[in-house]
Amino acid sequence: MLKQIEGSRAVAEAVALCRPEVICAYPISPQTHIVEALGEFVKDGTLAPCEFINVESEFAAMSVAIGSSAAGARTYTATASQGLLFMAEAVYNASGLGLPIVMTVANRAIGAPINIWNDHSDALSQRDSGWLQIFAETNQEALDLHIQAFRLAEELSLPIMVCMDGFILTHAYERVDMPTQAQVDAYLPKYEPRQVLDPAEPVSIGAMVGPEAFMEVRYLAHAKQMEALKLIPGYAAEFREVFGRDSGGLTHTYKADDAETMVVAMGSLLGTIKDVIDEMRAAGHKIGVLGITLFRPFPIAQVREALHGAQRVVVLEKSLAVGLGGILATNVRMALSALPIDVYTVVAGIGGRPITMRSLHALFREAERDDIDPVTFLDLNHDVVDKQLARERSTRRSGPAAEAILRDIGVVAAKVAQEVR
Amino acid sequence: MSFQPVKFYQTGTFTVGNRLLPPEERSVQAQTKRFNSINSGHRACQGCGEALGARYAVDAAMEAANGQLICANATGCLEVFSTPYPETSWQVPWIHSLFGNTAAVATGIAAALKVKQLKGERRDIRVVAQGGDGGTTDIGFGCLSGMFERNDDVLYICYDNGGYMNTGIQRSSATPPAARTATTLAVGDEPGNLFGQGKFVPAIAMAHEIPYVATATVADLRDLEAKVRRAMAIRGARYLHILVPCPLGWGTASHETIRIARLAKETGIFPVFEAEHGELKSVLAIRRPLPVEDYLKPQKRYAHLFAPKARLEVIARLQQLADRNIRRYGLLEGN
Repeated sequence: MLKQIEGSRAVAEAVALCRPEVICAYPISPQTHIVEALGEFVKDGTLAPCEFINVESEFAAMSVAIGSSAAGARTYTATASQGLLFMAEAVYNASGLGLPIVMTVANRAIGAPINIWNDHSDALSQRDSGWLQIFAETNQEALDLHIQAFRLAEELSLPIMVCMDGFILTHAYERVDMPTQAQVDAYLPKYEPRQVLDPAEPVSIGAMVGPEAFMEVRYLAHAKQMEALKLIPGYAAEFREVFGRDSGGLTHTYKADDAETMVVAMGSLLGTIKDVIDEMRAAGHKIGVLGITLFRPFPIAQVREALHGAQRVVVLEKSLAVGLGGILATNVRMALSALPIDVYTVVAGIGGRPITMRSLHALFREAERDDIDPVTFLDLNHDVVDKQLARERSTRRSGPAAEAILRDIGVVAAKVAQEVR
Repeated sequence: MSFQPVKFYQTGTFTVGNRLLPPEERSVQAQTKRFNSINSGHRACQGCGEALGARYAVDAAMEAANGQLICANATGCLEVFSTPYPETSWQVPWIHSLFGNTAAVATGIAAALKVKQLKGERRDIRVVAQGGDGGTTDIGFGCLSGMFERNDDVLYICYDNGGYMNTGIQRSSATPPAARTATTLAVGDEPGNLFGQGKFVPAIAMAHEIPYVATATVADLRDLEAKVRRAMAIRGARYLHILVPCPLGWGTASHETIRIARLAKETGIFPVFEAEHGELKSVLAIRRPLPVEDYLKPQKRYAHLFAPKARLEVIARLQQLADRNIRRYGLLEGN
């Protein structure tokens, strides 16, 4: 059924169609609307039987999810940013124990400085946690991916993060095609746990494992993730059969044939990039884009296949590996090992900085001339940074840096208005 | 087992005869059909109070739940000595997740079981969470308080040995004042642990007004079993705090564990009581009041209070704390 609704609401409705049995929630922007809606469905009886637990922290949220999943219940939670970091110990524990929890990450920057706006720092900080990670481009894809996520996680006994851009997707009202309960029931089988706490068949879960077996247990987690690379295309094809549309998969290319310059990105940013590429193609530029839906496991073969014909690759990412450059770019480089292709890292849009078509037009044209730095910061205000560096050189007690930079920039609202104009 | 009425007390010991009681009143551990939830062969130290307390508590919970029980366990001695695979001691379904999240894991299990029961997929299954004092009063305190506040259907058992014994005897918020630990050494002008404000979690649990809070020691094992049974007859959040002497951490002889626990109770150092919905309901009275020195002296963690010179003022402060317990909980009168 077609609906014009907020992204968060769409995800909540899709999650409800998956018949979760336990949902735990702790408020953090920008994921809050999702669990608010689910709380409503549980309280008004739409979603029953289901337990909705208002926990006292994200650490507790993931811990409740661990207990619930180990007891055999289909379990869901959502978080973002600081919340994901606060639960990090339990995040690793959930994957280590092999519990198929589905969690939405409404991607948001990590402080300090505190910032509620969108980038991918939160999810990418957990890239080695053993969770599967998929990134939605649109709200339609976000809701579709949640349905696929339960199927994938439960088949592999691995937890999965469905990542969607905070505010840009979570708070955007878009038209989505909401599946019916019958469709979801046809696609998503009943959860049959591989391990369950059951007095009829007592097991010990979470025992201490020493050097004699630790590596084998961890390798198994890796091997299972690699299995996802084989399963996902099949699940996406089956999804198309049941729901009548393409969603998910490993990667997607757009206007990539004969492209000399390939742009790589994840999430909602792909929409803006495609618009720019349409205009550049119309003007005769040989440029295309590779969208990465599955970030963990990283689809190395598909990325290599999609990019190997290009002369240069521009990885546009909403994350920063401080002291190195890019996180996504590092992964892309690995996929391109030994190929004579220049890979440029462009850090863009962090902390919610708008990524405008004007900036992308300029960036891609410079890239085509190989006239950009290996690590570029899109729309970075060099004057402000230089001023602060000068201040720190001249004054020992230069004070808190973020506050000094804000003071130099002046009224923030005016600055943002100027940026998006 | 045949019923033999015999003498109740053995003179000069603290042993209470079990055989004097009619079979239905005998302790769970006295039954040949006890569950042995924590099987023998685990790696606890000789004389470990926690192993003893957990054995009694979990078996009593198992009996009360008719064998339909799931346990969640915090990281710590109990977890480590009972599990290095493939040598698990647990005869119950058991999960260890992290150090600080056991109450929340138990909440999750209880939530899942509730839904599964509503769906008719599983029977009524009960949940016990357990941890040491570090996992309960320090790192797991947030999750514990959350579980209390929501009144989740979990019995949480804290085995309090007054420190982080598993990592080598460091101070926790349950370490008593003046006690020596690896992070509060018996050196300097004020040797041993500081005199802070204290953090007696049973009282904090009472402040949450949960249906049932009780304390116990491994000296009164029948009392411990009875409290587990009472807790299991109630739904909602329940808290049982058991004092479990640690021969290694306290510097006591292995065969003294029960006597030391008894002395903690008899001196008023550790009040043994029950509370319902935030109100004190009963106390285990002190039978023969003793000065705190009797409790402190056999423990090497207090050796610096007696030699090279006696620190009478410190002992007096500890006596004041015991006297306050006696006054506050009415330990001399009992009820």
